[in-house]
Amino acid sequence: MIRKCSASAVALLASLGSAQAETTIEWWHAMGGELGAKLEEIVQGFNDSQDQYAVQPSYKGTYPETMTAAIAAFRANQQPTIVQVFEVGTGTMMAAEGAIVPVHQLMEEHGEGFDPSAFLPQVVGYYTDPEGNMLSMPFNSSTPILYYNKDVFEAAGLDPEQPPKTWAEVEEFSKKIMESDAASCGFTTGWISWIQTENLSAWHNQPIGTQQNGFGGLDARLSLNGPVQVKHWENLKRWADEGIFKYGGPVGGDNAPPLFYSQDCAMIMNSSASRAGVIANATDFEVGYGMLPYYDDVEGAPQNSIIGGATLWVLSGKSDEEYAAAAAFFDYLSSPEVQADWASFSGYLPITGAARDQMADFYAENPGADTGINQITLNEPTENSKGLRFGNYVQIRGIIDEEFEQLMSGDKDAQGALDSVVERGNALLEEFQAQNQ
Amino acid sequence: MKRTIFRNQLLPWLLLAPQLIITFVFFLWPAGQAVRQSFLREDAFGIRTTFVGFDNFIALWNSPEYLNSLQVTAVFAISVTVLSMGLSLLLAIAVDRMIRSARVYSTLLVWPYAVAPAVAGILWWFIFNPTIGIMPYMLDQMGYDWNHISDKGDAMMLVVIASAWKQISYNFLFFLAGLQAIPASLREAAAIDGAGPVRRFFDITFPLLSPTTFFLLVVNIVYAMFDTFGVIDATTEGGPAQATNILVYKVYFDGFVGQNLGSSAAQSVVLMALVLVLTVIQFRYVEKKVEY
Repeated sequence: MIRKCSASAVALLASLGSAQAETTIEWWHAMGGELGAKLEEIVQGFNDSQDQYAVQPSYKGTYPETMTAAIAAFRANQQPTIVQVFEVGTGTMMAAEGAIVPVHQLMEEHGEGFDPSAFLPQVVGYYTDPEGNMLSMPFNSSTPILYYNKDVFEAAGLDPEQPPKTWAEVEEFSKKIMESDAASCGFTTGWISWIQTENLSAWHNQPIGTQQNGFGGLDARLSLNGPVQVKHWENLKRWADEGIFKYGGPVGGDNAPPLFYSQDCAMIMNSSASRAGVIANATDFEVGYGMLPYYDDVEGAPQNSIIGGATLWVLSGKSDEEYAAAAAFFDYLSSPEVQADWASFSGYLPITGAARDQMADFYAENPGADTGINQITLNEPTENSKGLRFGNYVQIRGIIDEEFEQLMSGDKDAQGALDSVVERGNALLEEFQAQNQ
Repeated sequence: MKRTIFRNQLLPWLLLAPQLIITFVFFLWPAGQAVRQSFLREDAFGIRTTFVGFDNFIALWNSPEYLNSLQVTAVFAISVTVLSMGLSLLLAIAVDRMIRSARVYSTLLVWPYAVAPAVAGILWWFIFNPTIGIMPYMLDQMGYDWNHISDKGDAMMLVVIASAWKQISYNFLFFLAGLQAIPASLREAAAIDGAGPVRRFFDITFPLLSPTTFFLLVVNIVYAMFDTFGVIDATTEGGPAQATNILVYKVYFDGFVGQNLGSSAAQSVVLMALVLVLTVIQFRYVEKKVEY
C-alpha cells in the first residue's frame, strides 16, 4: 500500500515536473494573423512529437520591432534562443560575431545527420558565408512575381493566358488596356526597393554592390546606379507620367494591392507569398501569374530572382541543452512534411529539394503557385544574383524609397536619384564598417 | 509663532526619497545614458564600443537629412500651433456668446482630446488614403489630385491637420476659461464708447487673453515637437522623402529601426537642449512680461 502510494506520488510529481524536466527555449517571431496561428500549430506539432524539448513562440510585432527587441534583450542578457530576422537584417546579424551561433555550427555540434546539400542553394545561398556555410535557417522565403487580371486582358483583346514576358510587352499591353478602357492603369508594384531595384538587378545579372553584393566583406559599397537600373527607373518615371504605372507607396507599397483588387491596375508585381491574399481579394476576376518582366536587350536576362522574407537566427549565451533543443527544432522544421505543409499554406518557398518534390501535387492543383520557385531556380545563381548583404540595410532601403519619390516628384532624374542612393547608402556602409571593425 | 524643529537628519531625506528616486531612475539616469551614448560609436549588439568624442554631433550638423528634419520640425510646429490655436480661439469665442447650448457644445468639442494620437493618425489616414479614402475622392471631383504618398506638401498638410485637430479641444478649454474670466463690463464700456465688435476684440479681449495665449503657445509648440510621434508613425512614417520626418521621429527611426545608437543619442541630446531653451523662454519671458 505504501509502495503504491509513493509510486503514484512519484508519478504525480513526474507529471507536474515534466514542464520543468524538458528544456524549453524561446522563439521570438514577427508572424501575426493567420501566419502566426499556423506557426503556433507547427510549434505545437514539434512539442507533441517528443517530450525532451519544448519551444515557446512569442509574437513580437513587425520585423524591425522583433529584431530591435532581440537586440535590446541581448544587451540586457535576456535574449531568446531563436529569433526571426528579415532578410535585410542579415548584414547586421552576420557582423555580430559573438552574438550569434551560426546554424551550420549549431547543427554540426548538436544536430543529427545535418546535410547542407539537402537545401535549395537559391534559398539558403542568401544566408551563407563566403565559404557556403549556412548562418541562419530559412523559415519564410518568397520572391516577387507578376500577377495579372485575366478578365481585363480579355476585355482589352489580349490573350488572357499570355502574361507579358518583357518590359516592352508590359508597356505595349498596358497601352492596349488603357486605350480599350479595360482598366485605367497598366501596372503597379509593391516594394520599389526589393522588386524594382534589387530583384531587377539580379534578374538582369547586374551587381547591386561591390564584393559580390556585400557577401565578400564589410568594405563592400553600393553600385546599383548602373545603366540597366537607371534605364528602368527612367522608364518607371515615364510610365508614371503616362499613367501606365501607379506608385503604391514606400516600403511594401501598401496602396498597390488595392489598386489591383479594384481593377484600376491590370497587373501588379508583388511577393509570391501574397498569392493567397490576392486570390481572396480578387473576387470579381480571374488572376493569372507570370514571372517578372525583363529587358530582352540585356545580355544574360533573365537570370534568376532573389528571395526576401525571414530566417531564424540562434543567439549566443545559451546552454548546451538549449542548443540541442534548437537543433532538434530546426530538424523538425526542415523535414519535407512540415515544409510542404507550411509552404502550401502560406505561399512561401519550400527550402529543401525533398519538400519541393513533395509539393508536386499541390503545384499541379494550384496553377501559378510554383511561379516563384521556378523563377528563383531558373538558372544557377551568379555573384550578382545570389542575394545581397549590407549593413544598415533597413535605412538603405528607406533611402531607395526616398530617392524614388524624388524621381516621381520630378526633383531628380533617374541617374541623379540612383547616384544619391549610392552616395547616401555608402555613407551608412562606411559607418557600419567603422562600428563593426 | 512656534517653530517646529525636527532633530532627525534622516527624516527629510526619507520623505523626499520617493520623489528623488523617481527623478533619478526615470529622468536623470536615462538622460545620463543618452549623453554617454552620444559620445560612443557602437554596433547594434554592443559588442564593440569606441569613444569618438563629438563625432556624432559633427556628423549631425553635416547631415543634410538632419538639417532638413530641423526645418521640417519648425514648419510643422508653427503650422500646428497656428492652426489649432486659431481654430480653437474662433470656437471659444463662438461658445462664449452662446447662452443655453454652451455646455453641450463645449462637451462635444472636448471629445477629440480623449482620442489617442495613434488612433487619430489612423483615422485621418483612412480619411485621406489616396486609394480608399473619402477626401481624395471628393477632392478629385473638384479637380485636385491628393496623394500624400508621393506629394510632400500633401503629406505635411495631412500630419498638420491630424495633429492640430487633436489639440483643438485642449486649446479650446483654456481659451474659453480665459474669455469667461474677462469682465463683461470692460467690453460693455467699450461698446458704449462706440467700439465695434472687431475693435472690441483686438483692443480689449485679445490683450486680456494674452496670458492664456502665451501659455498655450508654449504648450502647443512642445506638443507639436514631442507628442506627435503617434500621428506621424500612423500616417506618413516621416515620408515621402523625409518631408514629414520631425526630430522626434528621426530619433526613433535612427535608433530603433536603424540601430544607429550613437547618432540617435546625439539627436536626443540636442532635443534635450531644445526643451531646456523652451522652458527657459517660458519662465523668463512669457511668465514675467505678459500682463495678468
